[in-house]
Amino acid sequence: MMRSPRFDATVLTLGFAFLYIPIIILIVYSFNASRLVTVWGGFSLNWYSAMWSNQGLMDAAWVTARVGVLSATLGTILGTLAALALTRFARFPGRMAFSGMIYAPLVMPEVITGLSLLLLFVAMGVDRGFWTVTIAHTTFTMCYVAIVVQSRLLTFDRSLEEAALDLGCPPVKTFFKITLPLIFPAVIAGWMLAFTLSLDDLVIASFNTGPGATTLPIKIYSQVRLGVTPEINAICTILIGLVTIGVIAASLTTKRAELRRVRDEHLAIRGAES
Amino acid sequence: MANVAEANPVTNTAASVGGPSWTRWLVVVVPYIWLILFFVAPFLIIFKISLSDTAIAMPPYLPTFDGFGNLGEFFSELDFENYIFLTEDPLYIWSYLSSLRIAAISTLLLLLIGYPMALAMARAPSSIRPTLVMLVILPFWTSFLIRVYAWIGILKPDGLLTLLLQTVGLMGPDQQVQIFRTDYAVFIGIVYSYLPFMVLPLYSALEKMDNSLLEAASDLGCPPWKAFWKITFPLSMPGVIAGAMICFIPITGEFVIPDLLGGADTLMIGKTLWTEFFGNRDWPLASAVAVILLIMLVVPIMIFQNQQKKVV
Repeated sequence: MMRSPRFDATVLTLGFAFLYIPIIILIVYSFNASRLVTVWGGFSLNWYSAMWSNQGLMDAAWVTARVGVLSATLGTILGTLAALALTRFARFPGRMAFSGMIYAPLVMPEVITGLSLLLLFVAMGVDRGFWTVTIAHTTFTMCYVAIVVQSRLLTFDRSLEEAALDLGCPPVKTFFKITLPLIFPAVIAGWMLAFTLSLDDLVIASFNTGPGATTLPIKIYSQVRLGVTPEINAICTILIGLVTIGVIAASLTTKRAELRRVRDEHLAIRGAES
Repeated sequence: MANVAEANPVTNTAASVGGPSWTRWLVVVVPYIWLILFFVAPFLIIFKISLSDTAIAMPPYLPTFDGFGNLGEFFSELDFENYIFLTEDPLYIWSYLSSLRIAAISTLLLLLIGYPMALAMARAPSSIRPTLVMLVILPFWTSFLIRVYAWIGILKPDGLLTLLLQTVGLMGPDQQVQIFRTDYAVFIGIVYSYLPFMVLPLYSALEKMDNSLLEAASDLGCPPWKAFWKITFPLSMPGVIAGAMICFIPITGEFVIPDLLGGADTLMIGKTLWTEFFGNRDWPLASAVAVILLIMLVVPIMIFQNQQKKVV
């Protein structure tokens, strides 16, 4: 292919600088002793202790973690089922509509999703709070999980599954013994994606939240509107740190699992041939 | 592997996992019902409420559904008043047009910045490509809100950009950058937040491209820039369309970025809807705003879905 390495390197350097410099600045200033953004007042952990003793912020973090774990888990189960339905069943009534319902939430503006779900809950007479936010998050995260798991289901070797079925293994058992272990890295990746999307969401949560269910983004948003404070930088830094560790750990484990899986598949196929 | 998937995504249904039993039925029905209940039904309700009137009550709209006995009366109270109101007040029309304008310009900027990045990534040695992809994805994992917030500290009149320009002498000590709370800040925020969504589909289209075509073109004396426009760009069109739609549709309804970085005169329909709902507590009007937005986005959403089906 036509190569111009110097041009490419420049483009990538500039592009990644654009992506990372604001985040790095944010992290650096969370350790700033001064309250002003432009003045460096020396290294300090003041904002971390201020954040730690801010009860409202800590409560919001706890709510967010619970909503995240619950909705990511529900979303992963539903999304994996949806991915199975889309890849393994050629025909069922309303298959077109079903795939439409999986793709549409990915691009739907959040204000529409948030408002329409809220109106549903009000019409059903459900009190808004922890559960309404969890259901709302489950609904949009399951679609992301479905896409991630579906791409894995489409590319793996079906012969192992078929062999198990041919040998009389019941379909449900085949799923848990063969299919699920094979797609597990994608399921984990889907869960992680669902969890971070839930952690991140402001708009949908704002519409569907109620008393006692203030999530971290809602809290951060209301403080940001009052102005930039290094306390927000501190909590943002912690969130970035957690997510970065999570992503790196997940990519390392899935890489290792992937290698092992490929090896096992080869062994199984070779075993079957001999 | 991709070829197998493209050739026939759904084969061998008889020996499918799930089997021809009740479990198989369950695999389809559970997510199906969930989506109908929490994704489709809300749209019917939002449409119904957009036809209602505002009321000082909880819920703040009339009529409310009170049994099938009063169904006739219930329907007679629904009307298109809110829609008529939307066409009469230029604020709403301007909000819609301004959202489309901002989304279109942002998508173009994203393509101009994202394409060279995706191309550079696809041309990089295959050993470092996974790392580059990881570097594009990582900011996406950090909160949207945090990334927008980071720009406030940079763009504020007394922020870091002013400090930088003053330090290098491009600006006098009494001058300040006047970007914060303008449309320019909104463009910066949008391009920054959506860049991974643009780069990744472009990269996956460019990465799987067949190099022999470009080699053939070069052997036959085609200059590189011409080869790019005749071969690379047309072949990357699926990625361009996917990336453009993934960005354009949500940007049109964007709320956080115009609210935090934009000025009072930055009109975007997501912000207008938010104000109607949370500020004025006019739920029926907010619903009507949402319904019109949805209708405007139907065509882009259909293009996106067709593209996705082809990719899968």
